[in-house]
Amino acid sequence: MENGEGVVKKFCYINRKAPYGTIYALESLEVVLIAAAFDQDISLVFADDGVYQLTKGQDTDGIGMKNFSKTYTALGDYDIKKVYVEKESLEERGLSAEDLQALKYEDEDDDWAEKDSLFVIGREEMAKIIDEQDVILSF
Amino acid sequence: MATLHTVNKSPFERNALESCLRLAKAGSSVLLFEDGVIGAMRDTRFSEKITQAMGDFSFYVLGPDIKARGLNDDKIIDGIQVVDYNGFVDLTTEHDTVQSWL
Repeated sequence: MENGEGVVKKFCYINRKAPYGTIYALESLEVVLIAAAFDQDISLVFADDGVYQLTKGQDTDGIGMKNFSKTYTALGDYDIKKVYVEKESLEERGLSAEDLQALKYEDEDDDWAEKDSLFVIGREEMAKIIDEQDVILSF
Repeated sequence: MATLHTVNKSPFERNALESCLRLAKAGSSVLLFEDGVIGAMRDTRFSEKITQAMGDFSFYVLGPDIKARGLNDDKIIDGIQVVDYNGFVDLTTEHDTVQSWL
């Protein structure tokens, strides 16, 4: 798809690691926020231990690290409105959508109505979404 | 006195916890910390394995790492004792050796 400002590609960030134990989750978030400035079609995928990045109630006071989990709730302001979480990854960890933060965005085409941007989807749908991408970045 | 085995990797990501449980001598203690705390969670693909191993080992998990990941104490498998950093230090002094499963 072309517009006056350049090509818009479908970018997908795949997150598969738990937060804090390694630097992957934080680095991914930084790159996502940078890329958001370039008006691309962005999707975030959370699978495997990556689902732990989105849990609500994270409290890092005890480990002396920055709690970056609140940043996920700001993704909507950066026009990132497609966050996909693999259902099977949640299930094999005894987790459900209830354990995750609510992520929203304001739809400018619908009088700025607040809408969900987090979708818990099954393996088949996830495979389809990943297959549709132009660029995939893995974390 | 026995050995304290520490595991800081998620069982979904590495086989450190499984190797630890396979090779640690009965009577040892196992402390889960950093991403290793995921191994202490109930209702996961690995919970049953931990519960079964409780006959042989005493399990501990580092509380601050649980909280950082948004995982409440009620998600921890019954019988695993939550410790803080002071408890971690106590465990290392109470055991003869510490074996880190990286």
